[in-house]
Amino acid sequence: MKKILFISRHAPYGNSYAREALDALLAASAYDQNLSLLFMDDGVFQLLPNQNPTFIHQKNMAASLQALELYGIENIYCLSSSLIERGLNQTDLILENIKLIDTITTNSLISQQDQLISF
Amino acid sequence: MAILHTINKSPFHVSTMNSCLLICSNLDSVILIADGVLGAIHSSPLALKIEQLSASGTRFYALQSDAIARGVVEKLLPNISLASYADFVRLSVECNQIQSWF
Repeated sequence: MKKILFISRHAPYGNSYAREALDALLAASAYDQNLSLLFMDDGVFQLLPNQNPTFIHQKNMAASLQALELYGIENIYCLSSSLIERGLNQTDLILENIKLIDTITTNSLISQQDQLISF
Repeated sequence: MAILHTINKSPFHVSTMNSCLLICSNLDSVILIADGVLGAIHSSPLALKIEQLSASGTRFYALQSDAIARGVVEKLLPNISLASYADFVRLSVECNQIQSWF
C-alpha cells in the first residue's frame, strides 16, 4: 500500500484544478491506497460554506468535498497560515474533521509520502 | 477617458490585480470576475488600495454570479457593488476602452 498525498492549491471554479484534484482523489480511492489531501494557498477557498455555482453552470465543490468521508478519505489537512493570510478560521470551513497544520508539520507530511500529486 | 478594467485572478495567488490597481485612475471602473472576486473580500491584500481608489472616485464591481458561486458575498468590502451580467454589458458599452487583466 502506497502513501499518496494530493495537494490542492487553487481556488475553485476559475479553472479546473480544484475539480480535477477531487476527481483524481475519488478515482484513486478505488485502489485501496493510503490517501491524504492537503489544502494550501488559494485551495483553502474550496472549503468555504455557502458556495453556489448554479449561475455559472458548475458543480458545487463544497458538496463534493463533503462526500470524501463516504469514500473513506479521512486524512484531510489544511495549512493554517494559508487560512490566516485569507482572514479565514476553522469555524468557517465546511469539513469538520479537517486537520489544521503548520509549515513544519506540512513538510514532514510531504516527506512521509511515496507519491505526491499536485493540482 | 474612462477605462473598464476586468480582473479574473486572485490577488492572493498572483500580482495581476496589483498591477491593475497601480495604473488605474479615478475615472476608471474595475470589475472583478471569476477568481478576481476573491480580491474584493475584507482580508484581501489589496483592501486598503481599493478603499483609497474608491475614495478618489474609481468604481469597483464584483460579478454577482461569481461571488455567489464562491460563497463570498457576505465577505465583500463595502465599496464593492455587485454587478449582474447586464450591468457588465452596460459598463463595457459606457467605457471608452476595456483592459483585461488575466
